[in-house]
Amino acid sequence: MNSNNINEVKSIMIVGVGGQGTLLASRILGNAILAQNYDVKVSEVHGMSQRGGSVVTYVRFGKEVCSPVIDEGQADIIVSFEQLEAARWLKYLKKGGKLITSTQKIDPMPVITGAATYPNNLIEQMKEKGIDLVAVDALSLAEEAGSSKATNVVLMGVLSNYLDFEDKFWEDAINQCVPSKFLDVNRKAFTLGEMHR
Amino acid sequence: MKQLMLGNEAVARGLYEAGCSVISSYPGTPSTEITEYASKYDDMYSEWAPNEKVAMEVAIGASIGGKRSFCAMKHVGLNVAADPLFTVAYSGVNGGMVIAVADDPGMHSSQNEQDSRHYAIASKVPMLEPSDSSECLAFTKLAFEISERFDTPVILRLSTRIAHSQSLIETADRIVPMQKEYIKNPAKYVMMPAMAKARHVVVEKRTLDLVEYAETSTVNKVIMNNSKIGIITSGTSYQYAREALGDEASYLKLGMVNPLPIKLIQDFASKVEKLYVIEELDDIFETHCKKIGLNVVGKDIFPVIGEFSQNLIAQKMGAAINDTLSLEETIPVRPPVMCAGCPHRGMFYTLSKNKVMVSGDIGCYTLGAQAPLQSIDTTICMGASISGLHGFNKAMGEKGEKSSVAVIGDSTFMHSGITGLANIAYNNSNSTVIILDNSITGMTGHQQNPTTGYNIKGEPATKISLEKLCEAVGINRVTVVDPYDLKRCDEVVKEELAAEEPSVIIARRPCALLKSVKHKPALHVVNDSCKGCKSCMKIGCPAISIRDKKAVIDKTLCVGCGLCQSLCAFSAIHEGEEA
Repeated sequence: MNSNNINEVKSIMIVGVGGQGTLLASRILGNAILAQNYDVKVSEVHGMSQRGGSVVTYVRFGKEVCSPVIDEGQADIIVSFEQLEAARWLKYLKKGGKLITSTQKIDPMPVITGAATYPNNLIEQMKEKGIDLVAVDALSLAEEAGSSKATNVVLMGVLSNYLDFEDKFWEDAINQCVPSKFLDVNRKAFTLGEMHR
Repeated sequence: MKQLMLGNEAVARGLYEAGCSVISSYPGTPSTEITEYASKYDDMYSEWAPNEKVAMEVAIGASIGGKRSFCAMKHVGLNVAADPLFTVAYSGVNGGMVIAVADDPGMHSSQNEQDSRHYAIASKVPMLEPSDSSECLAFTKLAFEISERFDTPVILRLSTRIAHSQSLIETADRIVPMQKEYIKNPAKYVMMPAMAKARHVVVEKRTLDLVEYAETSTVNKVIMNNSKIGIITSGTSYQYAREALGDEASYLKLGMVNPLPIKLIQDFASKVEKLYVIEELDDIFETHCKKIGLNVVGKDIFPVIGEFSQNLIAQKMGAAINDTLSLEETIPVRPPVMCAGCPHRGMFYTLSKNKVMVSGDIGCYTLGAQAPLQSIDTTICMGASISGLHGFNKAMGEKGEKSSVAVIGDSTFMHSGITGLANIAYNNSNSTVIILDNSITGMTGHQQNPTTGYNIKGEPATKISLEKLCEAVGINRVTVVDPYDLKRCDEVVKEELAAEEPSVIIARRPCALLKSVKHKPALHVVNDSCKGCKSCMKIGCPAISIRDKKAVIDKTLCVGCGLCQSLCAFSAIHEGEEA
């Protein structure tokens, strides 16, 4: 994308399963955007849905942002922490938009109880639809960086390849949002994500 | 310098800048973070109260004492606090007093979808409604000015999308007004009939003054663009409308949603060809417009149910929206679930196994209604588990008493369970109440309460003993169990259902998500021993699933609670890492 064109609002969704750390990811992204003097809105879900349910954060920036939420067919980029969630929120992707998804699979309760089945080959199905999709084993990269909890920062590293932000904005945002004792792991996680193209 | 701030955090910042001094609230999504953020400012006194009625009364007392005061609650919390609200509307204030209420259109975290604007109208209290974080801050400060100028409490109405969205704000310094002198004034503060009659006259005069204010105040904004379409709106609906229609429409954005102006609206209507009202939930603005003789389009095209969005408004107004993409595949739903290691799970498993009727309440444990536990039969409101069970048993007689229980959390019990329990003891129903004591207010994200031993700042505080409290209201049979101990849970539930008098079971174990709780290492399934009988699946633990007809435990989720182990007849679940 071209960050010089600030008349246009860019819409990024971060989706996943409650407890996966989507809120921290949106904090980092929000801070990286804020430092560049854009108008920005970030909308989150708290409370009931956080308990292992499907969660979504909307991040929008540009010259002037009105609605804090992204509607169907409006997202420029969706970052998904889990395959099924990528498929669930797909209808929010704009035509020609980019979908970044972790290859991780987490069974929802209806699948655990046998009331539903987890669909096969979701990534292949989405690719067949002609969706511009980047699949990444973010969990393994996070473990490589030193903690499975850094999956969120790995995915921000992948996202950074598709946003025209200078490195220092990402670095500062990570410094602001991550507790200092976890900084090294998270810096490494971001770099590993960045290397995945 | 501009900062990105959550709507709720911006309200807290507004409290700080306005020189607010006393804050009392009960947590409730989506209002909780206001008071959490407020508690981080050492210049303001803040507390968690046991319920919203207490919180509002604390704020009233502080206002009478001459300082600026505040309380926050979710929409259903305002129902609990409605009693003081309707009368503080009469007495008015000394120091300014502001009440934040957060509605939840779309019911992300609520049991109903009420529109709290009705309360402002019914109680004759002015209400402001911000549409982003910057207005959350500005309107909080303005609310205190209005409160003191018009001698009235002021309600600040939020919605989930405003409370839980971050947008840009700019901060200013804190300015603390002089504490108002407290002067004994029974005619103003003692609301008995003779005094209240006089105050009602004052209230009606005040409403007229507030209408005058609404006509000219900059809190209501007119944005003239294309005169073909005029939109009357407020809050988050304004943002959706702006996004959907942009400069193709003109806007009257109401920042003060009660009382509503008349001349301002009529004047706006006269400048546009067609007038629309865009408001989430009920038809409050629309009814007002029709009452003052205007022809408007509102709920005949926009829904009364659920949240709005930019696409919804564009579609209803005949504008185009983007195409969407989707797979043919059915995507299974992912409802919220009780966490791995949740202490509530063991008790719900026990109740489900014993096939008892469960009168439920509001909290994380409401999730016990879902498959596979499907334990909870009813959920109405805070505290209704206990009082509802008593009524159920009065209707069902002994048959009900021997096969029904109430379940309620520690925080909910302190909120409004105690009076129901007193009623059970006093009016002698042989009911069994289970307090699911996870030692924190769980669902709203870990707030302290009177039973946890800590205050809002995490400092040691008086810890109310649930055992002693239950005994004090007249319950002789009080038993404490560990909900991880399934065998003991089963024995105690059977014993107390059989008992010939009211009883309380306290199922005590702290929330598995608390930082202070130390977990055991993850368990694993020995593949050769697992017969695929799915006994371990009956507890609905998100860490256990079946792969190739054998149980598998997700080591990133499992906290080693051991519930599944006690259900496995083949000893296939072992401690520690797989060999």
